[in-house]
This record gives sequence, C-alpha cells and structure tokens, in this order.
Amino acid sequence: MKRQLSVVMAAMFALFTQVSHANSADLRLIGSGASFPFPIYSAWFKDFSKKTSGVTVDYQAKGSGAGIQDLINKTVDFAASDAAMTPKEIAEVADGVVLLPMTAGEIVLAYNLPGQPKNLKLPRDVYPDIFLGKITRWNDPRIVAANPELKLPDLPITVVRRSDSSGTTFVFTKHLSAINPAFKEQVGTGTNVQWPRSDKIVAAPKNDGVTATVKQTPGAIGYIEYSYAKLTKANIALLQNKAGKYVSAGATGGALALASAKFPADMIAWVEDPEEAEAYPIATFTWMLFYAKQDPEKAEVLRKFVAYAMTDGQKIADSMGYIPIPSGVSEKVLAASANIK
Amino acid sequence: MAVQFVLPDSKSVSQPPSTLAYIVDRAFFIAAAVGALAIIALVIYFLLEIGGQALPAIGRSGASFLVSTRWDVENASFGILPQIWGTLYSSVLALLIGGFIGVTIAIFLTQDFLPSSVATAFRALIEMLAAIPSVVFGLWGIFVVIPFIRPAADWLHDTVGFIPFFGTSLSGPGMLPAVIVLAIMILPTVTAISQDAIGLVPYKIKEAAYGLGTTRWEAILKVIIPTASGGIFSALVLAFGRALGETMALAMLIGNSNQISLSLFSPANTLASLLASNFPEASQVERQALMYAALVLLAITLVVNVIGTLILVWTSRKIAKA
Repeated sequence: MKRQLSVVMAAMFALFTQVSHANSADLRLIGSGASFPFPIYSAWFKDFSKKTSGVTVDYQAKGSGAGIQDLINKTVDFAASDAAMTPKEIAEVADGVVLLPMTAGEIVLAYNLPGQPKNLKLPRDVYPDIFLGKITRWNDPRIVAANPELKLPDLPITVVRRSDSSGTTFVFTKHLSAINPAFKEQVGTGTNVQWPRSDKIVAAPKNDGVTATVKQTPGAIGYIEYSYAKLTKANIALLQNKAGKYVSAGATGGALALASAKFPADMIAWVEDPEEAEAYPIATFTWMLFYAKQDPEKAEVLRKFVAYAMTDGQKIADSMGYIPIPSGVSEKVLAASANIK
Repeated sequence: MAVQFVLPDSKSVSQPPSTLAYIVDRAFFIAAAVGALAIIALVIYFLLEIGGQALPAIGRSGASFLVSTRWDVENASFGILPQIWGTLYSSVLALLIGGFIGVTIAIFLTQDFLPSSVATAFRALIEMLAAIPSVVFGLWGIFVVIPFIRPAADWLHDTVGFIPFFGTSLSGPGMLPAVIVLAIMILPTVTAISQDAIGLVPYKIKEAAYGLGTTRWEAILKVIIPTASGGIFSALVLAFGRALGETMALAMLIGNSNQISLSLFSPANTLASLLASNFPEASQVERQALMYAALVLLAITLVVNVIGTLILVWTSRKIAKA
C-alpha cells in the first residue's frame, strides 16, 4: 500500500513539473487600470502577442484607482493610471514601482449649440468660470467678445461633468487650478472633486456618457478625452493657451504641449499649462506601473513590451486619437525600463 | 417490529416504499432544505460582508453620514442625504406612474376586453420589456425621452415655474426623465404579478357580482380588485424594491448631482447610482463609505418590504372581517 502510494506521488510529481514546464513557454501577463488608454493598449497587446510567441497579455480597463489598488494588492503583473501614483501609494508597494509614460492624450471641451457653429473660442479666463458656474449664459459678454463672428444664443450653459472618479477629471481640474486661483480654492484638483452645486451642472458616467449628454442637450459643454470627441465628431472649442493664442486640439498642438515636459527620475511629469505658442493647453501623459522586482522571465517580457510600445506602438497613436510620446521622452522611457527587474 | 408493516396480501397494489423511493424522498427533502437555508445564509453573509467592510466608515462618520449632503473624496467626508432623498423620491414617483398604468393594463388584459389570443400576445410584449438591458433603457432615455419631454418641461417651467415641482428648467438629465424610464422598467413586474392575482379570482365571484346586478365596472372595481388586492399589493412592493435598486439607467439619466430639490426637472442622485459611479475607482476610505451606503440601501429595501407586508396583513384582515 505504502509503495503504491509513493509510486502515485512520484507520477503526480512528474506530471506537475511537466505542466509547469509547459506553462513557462506560455507566459500570461495580467494588467488592470486606466480606461482612457484602453483602445490603444488593447491594440498594442494584440499586436505584441502576435509578434512574441507564447506571450498573452490580459488588460482590464477598471479605472486608474482600481489599477493602483490591484498593484498594491499584488493581484496583477502591471497596472496603468492616468493620475500616475502618489508618493504614499508608491510607498505601499514593497517591491518598488517603475512608472513609465506610455502614451498621451488631450482633454477637449465639447459643446452643443443650436446650428452647430464650429470653432467656438474660449478665453483663458472664461472657461474656468464656466466650470465654476459663474458664467451661466451663452450670450455672456465675455464669450461674445471672443467670438464676434458667431451668433451666440440666449441659452443657459449646462455644464456636463464626470460622475465617476476619473483620471480625466484629475487632469482637467489640475489644469484649471493652475490657471485660475478661484478654481483652485473652490474646487481644487482630484479624480472626484466637489463641483459647485447648481441645477446647470449635471454629471454623466464615463467619457461616452458625457459625450452623449452633451450631444443631446442644447447649450451643453463638457470635458472629454480627445479620442472620444474625434470618434463622435463632436464640436470642440478652441482654447486660449498661455501665449494668448486660440489652439485646436490635435496631434500638433498636443505634441507641442508635451514637448515642454521635463521628466525627473521617477518619470512623473505634468504639463499643467504649456508655454509654447502653438501648444494646446490641456494635454497629459498616461502611465503604466510595473514592479521593480519580479520573476526575471516576466521582467524580460515586460521590458520587451516597453521597447515595442515606444517604437512600433507609437506609430498607431495619432490615428487612434492619442499623441505619440516625443522622441526625447521615449528614449528616457526605454532607459528607465531597465529598472524593471 | 418491522414485520407489522408487511401487508398480508403480497399481490396488493399498495406496497411499502422501496429503499430507492425512500432515498429519493430523503434526498429531495435535504436538497430542498439546503437550498432554502442557503438563500438565508447568503443574505446573512451579504449583510455580514457589507457590514464588516462598512464598519470603519460607520465608526468614522456614524449617524452624520445619513444627514450630511457632501460626498467629498479629497477630504474623506461623506454623507448620503441627497442620495437617500433621490432614491425614495424617484422610486415613489415611478411607482405612482408605473403602478397605476401596470394595474390598469392587468385589468384590461384579464377582464375580457380583448380576445384571449390578443391578450396573450399583449402580455408577452409587456414581459419582453423586462428583458431589455438597463443600459439600453438609459440610452433610450438620453436619446428619446429627454428630447421628447424638453418642450413640455420648458413650457411648464416658464408658465407655472412658481410651483416647486417645476421650479428649475430642465437641463437634460434629471429627475423627470429618470422617473419616466424607471416607471417603464417596473411595468412588467407590476403587470405580470397583478395579472396573475386578478386571474386567480374565482369566476364564480364575478358571476355572483353580476347576479347581484352590478355593472361591469362595479364588478371590477368593487369586487374583483379588492379580492385580488393582496397579490396586487405584493406586485407593487416588488416593483418598488426594483425601483430602489435600479442602477445603470438611473446613473445615466438622473444627473448625479448631490442636491435635494422638489423640482422634477432638477438633477439629483440615488444610492445605487452613487455606488455604480464611484465604486470602480474608489480608494480604501471611499470604498468603506460606499459599503456603508450599500448597507443603508439594503436597510431601506428591508424597511419597505416589512412595511409592505404589514400593510398586506392589515388589509387582508380588514377584508376578511368585512
């Protein structure tokens, strides 16, 4: 009886080792986090898996906050976040974190006015006041003065904001706080902030919810990711940048805005208010978060993935409504990816 | 002793249960008992799990959570009074509309107004409403209901804006579109259950009513509906519970604004919508507050169900006495 048992055990052991050996050829990486870069990330993962045999990547677009939580709880191999990570969150990851900017995007103000006039211009001191609820009608003299060629209706402005906690809100409020002291004091910066209370400020879930609500509400204005505005052909406002020029969102304006970003060693940089004359004012990077220490095999694949994303991956960014990482920055990212061990 | 049970005539059709029959019987009993207990255990487990996770938030904010109107993630100060108000207000209004229409349809379909084949088709159509995903209702609300009610809402606000119900202008998402969609969503529940309840009223009762010389409407309103009131009432309670917990369509239509207003055109918020919107990206502290909010939602549903049952017991006693 005892001998039989040991034979069975030996057979099972052999089987197990074989199975684990077979597994090492099929490496599966699990990630979770930000939903804004999900379209481009999933395109990358598909392409990368095709080019690298035996590697599959699963990514769940749960949201930046959830991704960071997963990274801290060690339930994923990597995570992604639009709001990077706070020093406190970084300290919670025992194995250390490597943050790498992977792609970038712009936040636009989509609006809906009767007759669908294009190229509405919003001055620097006007659009924060709209989101503070201080400017409440479209024919407000300050908007009319900036748009002499448009016939603006006597219509209340309905502000549409995100109802869920979101990296988009974080970046948008960070920009508004940087250019408007009153906004900084009353609302501040965060993924889910206390907007002024008003009947004319409504909230909708996710980028698509805000887009749909703006499209259905005459007199509405809302902040969304550029890729969503591009997809739905929404009218987007030209925003006045720090240099005083009205700039439209797009690859050129966005790339110029990000060119001024200076990356410190932790690779977290924000462009709150770009100074470049032709730069679009609200642009941001979005990050992937990796462990500094892990299984060497996984680390190697992750480094390979970063290399892929910085080269071939950036080529599809523009067509998908994202901004390619500036070449100087992508070199830094490649160098920093050596810290994934 | 066992010998006693053996029947004298072995050819009799009556046989003691075979071992297999006995085992099947016991197994069925155990399976049924386990199933029933599992449901109770599941509810208790939910309560413990949600309560356990909510405990830190309960300790931090206590009862002020229920009366504060701020949901401030940055300063970790949470309150859900606007959400409680919005949940109850939207559900009560939806029940008024959906309940009235649902019971009316149930009467229409059961009291021989229609040939029975048409009534069956009609019923199937209404029950199909229950199969439409919530998010589709939400989109339908945004793209159809809101543009449809906008002219009427603007007119009401401009002409009778002094009435608190029409005190603000409709900006798009708000209480009224949410209530309309919610009323349609609870319609299948109300109709299906009240239809069954009315169908269960014995035909003899109806005949007796006619025999006493009632008109058709007297028979329906004074005899059949009171007899079926228990079932109709439980239909309304179930529908109310469904309205309280409805999530996705409301998250898309209610406007998610933390304010308390009587106005039908003003944006508001509900507990379920708060949970759906904030849960995915919530930090530890906010998650605990959300668990607390979930616990409050469970408590509201429980209280509603208990009150419903009490009213049901009370009315059936009253009917029995009369």
